[in-house]
Amino acid sequence: MKKVKVIKVDVDKCNGCRACEAICSAVHSSPMYSSTNPGKSRIRVIFDPANNIYMAVFAGEYTPAECAGRYTYTIKEKKYDECAFCRASCPSRDLFRDPDSGLPLKCDMCEEAELSEPACVTVCINDALTYEEREEEGEPAEIWGELKVALDSLIIKYGVTAVEETIDRLASGQLVKTKIAKN
Amino acid sequence: MRYAETGYNLEVDLSRGNIQRVETDPKLTELHLGGLGTNAKILWDRVPPEVEPFSPDNLLIFGTGLLDGTFAPGANRTIVSSLSPQTQLMAFSMMGGFWAPELKFAGYDKVVIRGKSPNLVYLWINDDKVEIRDASHLQGKGAFEAQELIKRELMDEKVQILSIGLAGENRVYFASIEHGRSSASRGGMGAVMGDKRLKAVAVRGRKDINIAQPDEFKKLCDEVWDYIKVRLQTPIRGQIPILESIGAPQEMAIHDERWHTTNFSWGNARQRRKDYWTEEVAEKWKNDLDNARERLISCYNCPLQCGGLIYYPGIGRYTMKCYTKLTYAMGAFSDLDFAFRIAPRAQEYGVDGYTAPQVMAFAVELYEAGILTDKDLPEFPENNEERFFYLLDKIVRREGIGDALADGVYWAAREIGKGAEAYDHNTIKKHEQIPIKLGMLNPMYYIMWSTGEKVNITQMEGQIPQAPFFTEELKEEFIKDWVQIPTGKEERFRQFIREWGEGDNVFPYYPPIDLICELVDWQETMHYIDDATGICAGFSAFPLKPPYHIHNLPPLISTATGINVDEDKLWEIGWRNRNLIRAINIRRGLRRKDERPPEDHWKKRFPEYEAKVLDEYYKYRGWNSEGIPTKETLDELGLSYVNEDFEQRGVYKQKKIKVTKQESTKSEKAEVAKKDSKKGKNQTSKQ
Repeated sequence: MKKVKVIKVDVDKCNGCRACEAICSAVHSSPMYSSTNPGKSRIRVIFDPANNIYMAVFAGEYTPAECAGRYTYTIKEKKYDECAFCRASCPSRDLFRDPDSGLPLKCDMCEEAELSEPACVTVCINDALTYEEREEEGEPAEIWGELKVALDSLIIKYGVTAVEETIDRLASGQLVKTKIAKN
Repeated sequence: MRYAETGYNLEVDLSRGNIQRVETDPKLTELHLGGLGTNAKILWDRVPPEVEPFSPDNLLIFGTGLLDGTFAPGANRTIVSSLSPQTQLMAFSMMGGFWAPELKFAGYDKVVIRGKSPNLVYLWINDDKVEIRDASHLQGKGAFEAQELIKRELMDEKVQILSIGLAGENRVYFASIEHGRSSASRGGMGAVMGDKRLKAVAVRGRKDINIAQPDEFKKLCDEVWDYIKVRLQTPIRGQIPILESIGAPQEMAIHDERWHTTNFSWGNARQRRKDYWTEEVAEKWKNDLDNARERLISCYNCPLQCGGLIYYPGIGRYTMKCYTKLTYAMGAFSDLDFAFRIAPRAQEYGVDGYTAPQVMAFAVELYEAGILTDKDLPEFPENNEERFFYLLDKIVRREGIGDALADGVYWAAREIGKGAEAYDHNTIKKHEQIPIKLGMLNPMYYIMWSTGEKVNITQMEGQIPQAPFFTEELKEEFIKDWVQIPTGKEERFRQFIREWGEGDNVFPYYPPIDLICELVDWQETMHYIDDATGICAGFSAFPLKPPYHIHNLPPLISTATGINVDEDKLWEIGWRNRNLIRAINIRRGLRRKDERPPEDHWKKRFPEYEAKVLDEYYKYRGWNSEGIPTKETLDELGLSYVNEDFEQRGVYKQKKIKVTKQESTKSEKAEVAKKDSKKGKNQTSKQ
């Protein structure tokens, strides 16, 4: 059996305050809570008052290429761009990429921080975000930590060998030394 | 490393097109925190009293609060400071929304604008990249229209923009600065922005705001969150609906408007309609609100829902803040349907939702009294609602009589003459006040209306109920967990709630003057602290039993910034900031004679007693009988440099200010400014 964790989003209840973004970035800062920066948040509110669209999207898988899909969906007379629902960290937008390194960000349900529920859900007292856990058939899903998400994207981009070699050189202190010497 | 703040201001000279990123002095954070406090310090240092509001030497400062951008709930206020064209004093106009946190994430605590651009421009702050960009294509555009166009132009949905509409471009004295559903409305900051030919400031930031002691700060924020949740579930019994909870009055959520519509005055702050709120009216207002409101909306990192997303047939979708729900409706003796129709246009033009309806109601009164005629108002409609639309258009374009009205009631009355001055009955320091006229003098409100540097009662009051509780049970229930009271005052303030309303303990001679001073001090000081931290007053200084108070604010500030602040020190900072703002105004000629509520604000007035209360309050504050901070007070607050300046300018020696001369100089200057602005008008009205 595996435990499936879901953040449920109720788009009608969102008041667009972005408390979820603020606290998410704080939880994932290092040390924890040492900084806030919605640009680093793993949840973002798609915000379009002119069309009454307030939708929280939390970061999913990294994808190295843009997709071809450019559909729009009409739900309750509101037009949503396909990208509005998409959780991918994708080259077509700067959502879910670390603004400093450009590396992808992915929601880990606050597991690394060992919180009882994702922090965004806790601060969303209007219940636009709710948290659900349920049991399902299958292998338990692996926790994808910060570093693994980042390395995975680098492997996709540069290939395993190049990443391995670089890590080896880093481990031997070679690159670090060069950097220090330059400074 | 700097914590909570970025440690940098952006200095922009629009005359020369120069942009600089300037490191700030951390010592000033210790003395003034940030926001309004450090805004005032810049204005004191760099804008001498000879400078006129519409001068290139006047500064327009967009400040952020010290805690803005941290994860403290409700810390999001933008504090706009400059000289007001209307009051000729320092104005500080504030708004919520998302702009200030975004500026912090871009790496700046303030944007300081000086000079005047030759052409209409907008500023684009994209982290370290800052550009002054041409805005000629935005000339004459509505405030929100311009925001949408800029977003499209920058191809960035996440950019936060503040902007002015036609009113600001034409330097209407009550022009606002608009941003989403928020606006910096009071004091004509939009006019100063228009005078500088600055249409908008767009910001996008992707940097960190750091916290000095993360775990401790988080724990304190959690306590605030917990209290918010509890407080939202426990309205205060014995209070009217809009005062029982926290936040700005939840106008977009509540249906019951009996209190506002029957207690506040309609028209030009003129007529109370005690019988207005009938069942039929209540039903209609409820339907109108429910049909129009699509969603309740918030500011950055705040769970309260003080704003509304409105969809109105024939108009479309727009966002609305609490008070515009009522001010236009009541100004025009109309209803909610009218409010929903005129508010979006007024917001696109960018005018203050408190002042604009009163100016228009004032013009209607003058017309009915024969002071303004068909010559002044050609083709003036019969219907009051249409008259408001007509006047609004004339005012923002400064067309015909609209040119005089665009300066607000005080200046317009004097320009129109023919007895129009008598209809200017609701201004303090030349600024329109909320339309309320009451019976018995309230000595606490007397002090706050008279002396408040904000010249705006809604952001001076708070903490204590506006009327005594009716029963002993309600009193005891209220005071039993009243943890917000400052240290040392607990028993005294609780006792006040117990005694107030009992026997002879009624206005005007209750509470005793020393207690009046202490209660007023508490209300005012909490606001000055908020205005420096950037925490919304709706979570702090304004409501009863707020989540932020004098006991948790010092550790919150300390753990966020790493600067040690305790209750006494925080109180002192509040006083210091207030005295500095007052000093700027004193230097610009403010004296005791200016510190008075409108004559008809209360029916029952007690001139001798009022003078005594004011005397005692000045003494309590450490000001002399003219309301000027004394040398001792300034020295104690570390503001000796203010005292030196006062001595040099002979401020203390001017026992009697030459009233007539000063007034005339000001109107002459206003004339010049107006002639100037007519040129500006011609440019824009062609649009």
